[in-house]
Amino acid sequence: MDPQVRGPRVVRVELPFHLRKLANVDSEVSVDVAGVVTQRAIIDALEARYPMLRGTIRDYATDRRRPYLRFFACEEDRSFDSPDVALPEAVASGAQPFMIVGALSGG
Amino acid sequence: MGTRKGAFVMTSDGKREKWDVDGPFFGGWQFYHLKGSPVDPNRIYASQSSDWFGQTMQRSSDGGKTWETVGNKFLYDGVPGTHQWYDGTPHPWDFKRVWHLEPSLTDPDTVYAGVEDAAIFKSTDGGHNWQELSGLRQHSSGSKWMPGAGGMCLHTILIDPKNHSRLFVAISSAGAFRSDDGGATWKPITKGLYSKYLPEPTAEVGHCVHRIAFHPSKPETLFMQKHWDVLRSDNAGDLWTKVSGNLPTDFGFVIDVHAHEPETVFIVPIKSDSEHYPLDGRLQVFRSRTGGNEWESLTQGLPQKDCYVNVLREAMDVDSLDTCGVYFGTTGGQVYCSADGGDSWKAIVHDLPPVVSVEVQTL
Repeated sequence: MDPQVRGPRVVRVELPFHLRKLANVDSEVSVDVAGVVTQRAIIDALEARYPMLRGTIRDYATDRRRPYLRFFACEEDRSFDSPDVALPEAVASGAQPFMIVGALSGG
Repeated sequence: MGTRKGAFVMTSDGKREKWDVDGPFFGGWQFYHLKGSPVDPNRIYASQSSDWFGQTMQRSSDGGKTWETVGNKFLYDGVPGTHQWYDGTPHPWDFKRVWHLEPSLTDPDTVYAGVEDAAIFKSTDGGHNWQELSGLRQHSSGSKWMPGAGGMCLHTILIDPKNHSRLFVAISSAGAFRSDDGGATWKPITKGLYSKYLPEPTAEVGHCVHRIAFHPSKPETLFMQKHWDVLRSDNAGDLWTKVSGNLPTDFGFVIDVHAHEPETVFIVPIKSDSEHYPLDGRLQVFRSRTGGNEWESLTQGLPQKDCYVNVLREAMDVDSLDTCGVYFGTTGGQVYCSADGGDSWKAIVHDLPPVVSVEVQTL
């Protein structure tokens, strides 16, 4: 059986500081993702569990990733992948986190 | 207090000498504006935003002690269409942030939001859901509106206390508009404005209005700080008259009216549109007790040398105690209070992040 289409899977998500504070969590969070584990599926699950994060990662009007955020997985920048592409099994299985990273800035 | 790096709440008794400072709330986030409901002072709405994470909204039901995240879905009504871009080409309307929150005068769950790109939204469920009052943006002039360097923001909303269906808004740099039907339809109220930076200085739209204020007992009399010029209207904006009078410079951002004297007005003049700091490095509030034209410089307690801060459009307010208190915050992080109607000033704090907005509740 394809591991990507089994029942809900527990995916680890690493949030940037300000989103952790907004969601009132201290560290990495875990969400249940049904079906194929993609960027969209992870963020949908994240927003369902933490409604205060809606609109902060993806723009409401365009549904696109906010420009100063990046999505990393398994030491690769996945920011420019289609949001509907399956992520590596290491992310889907929870072995590696899906990382939402804010752009560096001074000031 | 809204700042570039969080929100602060400052509390004092009627003497206004000693202040408790709480915060930062949501440290690191920009707070363009916070404002309490006039019918329930414990209900406070706050615009929280970030270049990284966009717009979020906070609401407090206990006077700012605790906060809950409410709705941040600001979607333009229908097909948004376009306005004019800097190069004159059509540009799609694109929501960026909430600049101003104006709670209803009668219902703590109803609040208006002024946003960039310029539009007005309304929530009737305490900020959970927002609907655009699209008659403003869909005014026949809307496609001609063009942003200034600071963005195309709707930064001022006034509700007429005598007629709640009458609303005033100001937009940089589209101008000022009035609705007499609760926000369904709007008309420009710019007659009498003259802006030499426009190809047609008396055009109906395009004026960079920085702030409008009125006294609640006299809402038909409006005072305006424009990009240049201080003006007044005595017919709800149908016609404006310049009242800069003896001001050494009439560029500035804030304008506010004394709590008990409808013809006493406060401004903080700024040197020029190219040099956003006080004239000669001296921070001065100017007060007119005659509704304009005759202005006096108020400097006692304010820095009179080497002061190069700005006072942004939302960063002044008054309290309603017997001796009216006047407050303003600076981009240098100082918040000044006058407990005697402007005669003398004292810094409540010196070193906050740049102050964007100041709102006062008299409890």
